[in-house]
Amino acid sequence: MPTTPVPAKAPSSARSLLRLWPYVRPVRARLLLAAVIAITASCLSLVIPLVLKWMVDGPVADRDPGGVWLGALVLLLLGIAEAVLFGIRRWLVSRPLARLEAAMRGDLYAHLQRLPVAFHDRWASGQLLSRGTTDLMLVRMFLQFPLTFLVVNGTTILVGFIILFAQDWLLALVLLIPVVPLTVLISYFESRYALAARRAQDQIGDLTTLVEESVLGIRVVKGFGRHRSQARAFKELSQELRGTELVKARLLAGIWSAITVIPEIAIGAALVLGTVQVADGDISAGTLVAFLSIALALRWPVESIGFLLAMSQEAATATDRYFEVLDEERERDTPVGGGSPERAEPTNPAEPTNPAEPADPADRGGLRFEGVSFRYPDSAEGVPPVLDRIDLRIRPGETLALVGSTGSGKTTLTALVPRLHEVTAGRITLDGEDIATMPRERLRALVSVAFEEPTLFSASVGENVLMGAADGTAAPAAELDRALAVAQAGFVRSLPDGVDTGVGEQGLSLSGGQRQRLALARAVVGRPRFLVLDDPLSALDVHTEALVEAALREVLRETTALVVAHRPSTVLLADRVALLSGGRIAAVGTHQELMRTNAEYAWLMSGSTGTGEGNHPR
Amino acid sequence: MTTATTSSGAAGDTARDDDPAAGSGAPGGREPGAGDPFDQDDLPVPPGATGALLRSLLSPHRARVLRVALILLFQQAAVQAGPLLVAYAIDRGVPAFRERDYGPLIAVAAGYAVCAFGAGLLQYLFISVSGRLSQDVLLELRGRIFRHSQALSVDFHDRYTSGRLISRSTTDVESLRELLEEGLQELIDVILAFVYISVLLLWLDLSMGGVAVASFVPLYLLVRVYRRRVGAVYAERSTAIAGVVVKFSETLNGIRPVRAFRRERANDTEFQRLNARHERSNGDVMLELARYVVGSRLVANVSVAAMVLWGAWRVADGTLALGVLAAAVLYLRRLYDPIDRLGMFLNSYESAAASLAKIAGLLAQTPSVPEPAHPVELPPAPGGQPGREVVFDGVRFTYRTGGEVLPRFGLTIPAGQTIAVVGSTGAGKSTLAKLLARFYDPTEGRVLLDGVDIRELSTAGLRRGVVMVTQESFLFSGTVAENIAIGAPDATREQIEDAARAIGAHEFISGLPDGYDTDVRKRGGRISAGQRQLVAFARALLADPSVLILDEATSSLDVPGERAVQRAMDTVLRGRTAVVIAHRLSTVEVADRVLVMEHGRIVEDGAPAELIGGTGRFAELHRAWRESLV
Repeated sequence: MPTTPVPAKAPSSARSLLRLWPYVRPVRARLLLAAVIAITASCLSLVIPLVLKWMVDGPVADRDPGGVWLGALVLLLLGIAEAVLFGIRRWLVSRPLARLEAAMRGDLYAHLQRLPVAFHDRWASGQLLSRGTTDLMLVRMFLQFPLTFLVVNGTTILVGFIILFAQDWLLALVLLIPVVPLTVLISYFESRYALAARRAQDQIGDLTTLVEESVLGIRVVKGFGRHRSQARAFKELSQELRGTELVKARLLAGIWSAITVIPEIAIGAALVLGTVQVADGDISAGTLVAFLSIALALRWPVESIGFLLAMSQEAATATDRYFEVLDEERERDTPVGGGSPERAEPTNPAEPTNPAEPADPADRGGLRFEGVSFRYPDSAEGVPPVLDRIDLRIRPGETLALVGSTGSGKTTLTALVPRLHEVTAGRITLDGEDIATMPRERLRALVSVAFEEPTLFSASVGENVLMGAADGTAAPAAELDRALAVAQAGFVRSLPDGVDTGVGEQGLSLSGGQRQRLALARAVVGRPRFLVLDDPLSALDVHTEALVEAALREVLRETTALVVAHRPSTVLLADRVALLSGGRIAAVGTHQELMRTNAEYAWLMSGSTGTGEGNHPR
Repeated sequence: MTTATTSSGAAGDTARDDDPAAGSGAPGGREPGAGDPFDQDDLPVPPGATGALLRSLLSPHRARVLRVALILLFQQAAVQAGPLLVAYAIDRGVPAFRERDYGPLIAVAAGYAVCAFGAGLLQYLFISVSGRLSQDVLLELRGRIFRHSQALSVDFHDRYTSGRLISRSTTDVESLRELLEEGLQELIDVILAFVYISVLLLWLDLSMGGVAVASFVPLYLLVRVYRRRVGAVYAERSTAIAGVVVKFSETLNGIRPVRAFRRERANDTEFQRLNARHERSNGDVMLELARYVVGSRLVANVSVAAMVLWGAWRVADGTLALGVLAAAVLYLRRLYDPIDRLGMFLNSYESAAASLAKIAGLLAQTPSVPEPAHPVELPPAPGGQPGREVVFDGVRFTYRTGGEVLPRFGLTIPAGQTIAVVGSTGAGKSTLAKLLARFYDPTEGRVLLDGVDIRELSTAGLRRGVVMVTQESFLFSGTVAENIAIGAPDATREQIEDAARAIGAHEFISGLPDGYDTDVRKRGGRISAGQRQLVAFARALLADPSVLILDEATSSLDVPGERAVQRAMDTVLRGRTAVVIAHRLSTVEVADRVLVMEHGRIVEDGAPAELIGGTGRFAELHRAWRESLV
């Protein structure tokens, strides 16, 4: 997952950059035109010294003041043309490239939204965000400058040297010689610089992580008086970063002094040689002047090759990072050809693991787990699965509480119902229909969830709650009121703008209990057929909890619900309870039954063993 | 009476009760949509603070700044000598050579070599020295932001979202780095080149120099117009990208609800809108630069044509030497070459200035809970007992906006007592706890620990005395063991495991892939909320404070977990003073004393049995709770 260092090989970079083609295609005409214009403009600036030469050797040498007017006029026209052409080039590409960047970002965002949740568990959001921002900016800059200017400057250098050789081959040769060592030196420095730059990038990443944690965990830092040691860790990391940055500066200093010295020496040599030739009458004074101006004009194109290549390299890495995400496969609907291969055979007919349920093949309604196993895709081989052959049946209209010790996999089980994770084996059915064959869209419209972590988005309270409703809900206002009433979220009315108050990262911050109630309202707002609630009342105080429970009972009466519960009060919302232990359903029954018959359950619910004394679980 | 409590419990908690600064708890404390600078990411910057910040960063390096300036002065001199040598070569070298006098030509060769190597060497020196300088400045600035943000009190962090604070110390520092490393040299280069070349041109020929200097007027105007226009589009673009980033990260961090509630399409539409806005402003910035480049190039090229015309006329006239014209033409090229780059510099300057202003605004925030200048040590615990006495002496606490959270009250908790604080949301329980933990300072009165005002204790001393475990149990990247050891950095592995065992966390930790050495970030998503809270408890246990505060710290624990916590308080933490805030009343049973709070006041105070037996609020609450247990 971390950015694997891309070997600095030209072919692989070129291949990476070629992947941009589908995005470049729509703007290819403009890019091409812009390149042609840039080449023209760049060559125009090479013609200017030739006009100078003509003026020096012609009207000036002939003492013809009138003649210089013509030369100056040509110069003026050339200058205006150059300026306008460069302007047209920028104007041609500005909007299309902004559009290209936006299109790539939009695709990335749409794709990320549809990647499996398991993908998001593996990737830090910061990593993905940097792909959507910095990396795309690098790609856009590559198309804007290096792509065009590698061509333009290459052409300019070629044309320039042709002109130089046409003027005087000896002087041209003197100027040409340093180009070779210069490019070698520059590319050597650039490759070392790229390494240092990547190291600095990683160190900045570490530093950012530290900052992020120190801010997010500020209450812990302060609560334990740890800000000194955090500051020390910060200091160490930032010192390391400074060290790397100084290495970068030294390399940069090396590159730039080479870039300064080598061409100057060549130009100096050409000057001395040229002066001798002028004195000998081999060339005209105008030729020397033109020569030196062309040499000067060529300095920038030659110097730029190195860093244009470096920018291309960076853009190639950025492109790789971008497509690394885009190549991930999206969640697919309705698997073709008989579903997943490793699906287990239907459970044996006796169903011994589920004594509470009579074998009743005719009644296939409700929510049903059949031989469901789950292990995280990235877990090691030997690790036992989180869920192991779960058989469970929730009848239509029934509410089942799921109880288990901390970390027993309750939350994982709930995530399987809306297919946030895919079962490893077995199947889950809603009213007899296998959820693996349903379009996710429909499945998720049927199943409504309240998560353990109540996340609100940057939108109004009302919008946040109504997210749970189907798109065509009649009378959304009434439905909203009902949902808020169920969740006892009356506090909404006294917010500054009532249900229109903005919340989330960019709005008012609400307490944990308030957010939890809104998340609950969101889950019940659409009168969903199936409801999955993960410990929905944990952050509420006793009073509110009692009120929510009373209201929730009404809702639960008409839906099929799975409720993760930590305490007796929540369990009592349910008709039956299932005990999850060691990845299996250990027992199913009513609260009272299990309290009497199951030691682990009694222990979980009351903290003391109910029947079997000293019979500690696990 | 009880019905009133019920309704206020359900509907009266408009503000986070643990957040006095949110202000909305006070009626009219916040005007919707207006006023609060925290909402706009726009902290007030005191006038001149940005400049003062820059000065204070640079002033310790005054000598080095001077050295850098000198190096650059000489470096530019060496660079700009070239065309003069050309003029000398053409006007003197050529005729002398024809006379068989090689002196001037050798002088030109030597001069050119010296200048070339000198320029290279000075360039090297300049980049190394200025690199060191800018790194030292950045190091200092990063450190300052970090230290300051850590020093700022919790109420600041409650309001200033973490995302903003993070972008202050990352993107904003980064844009300043770009300015220091690339932009500033460019600017000084450009200015020096302008000065040198203008002087040289004026010296070579007064009238031609005059034309060059005159061309600076339209250039200056162009730069000004550009700065004004690009400033506006820049601000628009940075707002637009911020919108994109917020939407992006919000979606990624809430991917489960996004999926479960089928928000993908609605999000696509919303993102498209934000993305299009950024696209537009991004294009605007590029076009603005295009406009500037065309304008400045036009001015430059027209001036070159004018000067060449004038110079050539004069050479033809015989009033100007040819070499001087050649030198002038070469200089003109150099003069106008960097104006494109000036535009880019202006871009980085704009963004750096904006960033610096934001940083200055952050640094201008004063910590409302400052460390004492002369910290006092706690007296040794009397009688060798681990707990300490806590006294709230005439304490009153109000919002900054004026709303009163805790009216003046007094409270004494004897050493070793465990008190439970109950009451509905918004009653002020958390505020009480945070005053004791010194997350906030009281508006009036004092909080005393064994007779010492906690404001006079050093941070280390305070944390040996008081530790608070909150509902949110944040895990830092690193191993589980390291996370527990935050409470006591010198703890041995044995002590860490003992602490985990005491709280009942040992079992699940041993079950993790690498046991205590499991990196919580890699498997972070797999550590459940309840398990996190157990780790947080182990942390507090290991810290072994005199006073322990538990603020809703058991909300995600199951019953056995809660029992383990109670057991640990009974055994490991025996004799410590403890303040327990809990929604659930199970915890209350272990308390020696119960406080019932309502609207910021302590309305009942007594032993649990006594209160349960009575007819007050607590009896009512307790009955409801018993019923819920069945």
